[in-house]
Amino acid sequence: MKVRIPTPLRSYTDQAAVVEAGGSTVADVLADLDEHHPGLRFRMVDEQGRLRPHMKVFVNADAVRDLTTPVGPADEVTIMQALSGG
Amino acid sequence: MTENDPGRDGPVLLVGTRKGAWMLTADGQRSAWQSTGPWFLGHIIQHLVLDPRDGCTLLAAASTGHLGPTVFRSQDLGQTWAEATRPPAFAAGDPLERSLKSVFWLSPGHEREPGVWYAGGSPQGLFRTEDGGDTWEPVTGWNDHPQWATWAEWPEQNTPDGSMLHSVCIDPRDPDHLYLGLSSGGVFESTGGTTDWAPLNAGSVTAFLPETEPEFGHDPHCLRLHPLRPDRLYQQNHCGIYRMDRPEGRWVRIGDNMPAAVGDIGFPIELHPRDPDTAWVFPMDGTDVWPRTSPDGRPAVYVTRDAGESWTRQDAGLPEQAWMTVKRQAMTLDAHDPVGVYFGTTSGEVWASRDEGARWSQIAAHLPEIYSVELALPAGPSA
Repeated sequence: MKVRIPTPLRSYTDQAAVVEAGGSTVADVLADLDEHHPGLRFRMVDEQGRLRPHMKVFVNADAVRDLTTPVGPADEVTIMQALSGG
Repeated sequence: MTENDPGRDGPVLLVGTRKGAWMLTADGQRSAWQSTGPWFLGHIIQHLVLDPRDGCTLLAAASTGHLGPTVFRSQDLGQTWAEATRPPAFAAGDPLERSLKSVFWLSPGHEREPGVWYAGGSPQGLFRTEDGGDTWEPVTGWNDHPQWATWAEWPEQNTPDGSMLHSVCIDPRDPDHLYLGLSSGGVFESTGGTTDWAPLNAGSVTAFLPETEPEFGHDPHCLRLHPLRPDRLYQQNHCGIYRMDRPEGRWVRIGDNMPAAVGDIGFPIELHPRDPDTAWVFPMDGTDVWPRTSPDGRPAVYVTRDAGESWTRQDAGLPEQAWMTVKRQAMTLDAHDPVGVYFGTTSGEVWASRDEGARWSQIAAHLPEIYSVELALPAGPSA
């Protein structure tokens, strides 16, 4: 499936804005992303598996914080940065 | 460049800011300064430190407003950088469910342990690498100590940006003898290679706690151990300036000898590299609502040359009126003779004295909020 990458994380994707990743849950997709783009996951998910406070993940148009949310090949995952300071 | 060879290259300063990092390089006279950077523009760089053991490895403690904490590493003095393969982090499945908010402090390890570094975090975790900063492990003897949650006041985080671990000081005689500071929490000591820890706070004041002599819960802002007299410790605390000469276990408030109108509140304290009796501080206003700016808007460094018995004001060249704040990692010294003294302000200025504080000049301005200023002694003929 397609995963949209926000600018703060594109240093991990060779500046690609959209990459492909697979998995049956959001957590799987992030693990697959990290497999191909090492280091990306820890910048957005903490060591206890929680999405960091200023990061957001959308499956299609729905914001999710539960990383066990199921996804399918036709879904699109969008990682976004929330508003955070100046 | 060697430590005492001002005729060749001058000192190099590493400046970490809220928006990136810069390097300031001096000529041999320490009068002309050149700025390199920014590195990591927009990243929060809490600490940027050169490994004094190899003279070429730089570690940067980094995060952003959105992204989690990490460590970047350069092995060629900043020409190229790579992220740590395994950055500092608490253990997955940690029973206290801790996650690291920021890497706050970096300390190169003992001279006999090349590649070893310690990192202090927020919350107050301790992390260690043995491969020069590429892969990090939690120091279980500290992070999983049965008293950790009590000492660290977990899960409360009592300082504005979260409580942090800082000032990892290693006894040059014994790599297994360490001190560290928690803001808040206090000073702690290990004599068993990070496996055993005990508070070391007797004599220091906690004006913000109801108890007069608590064993822990203090707020040391900056702890220093003198490399030539490792039994001598100094600290700039939230509540005063202190000295301790081991094996004595009680802090003496040498800040009581500061002028009353100036007080002894501040963040950094720096020790003369060759004279354990000489130390510099940057006093800030701790009255009323604690502005933590230069008292009365008159910035000055104060120096003691008798281990805190007396203090001398050093403000020649500094603005007559300015409201400066200098954070705990933002003051440093070089090892020239006379010693150079440097500090960076939260308003983005770097000030330097090449005569041990007698006269000051501004060597950088208009930088972002400065979090750290560290001396670097690069290997080779040029920085």
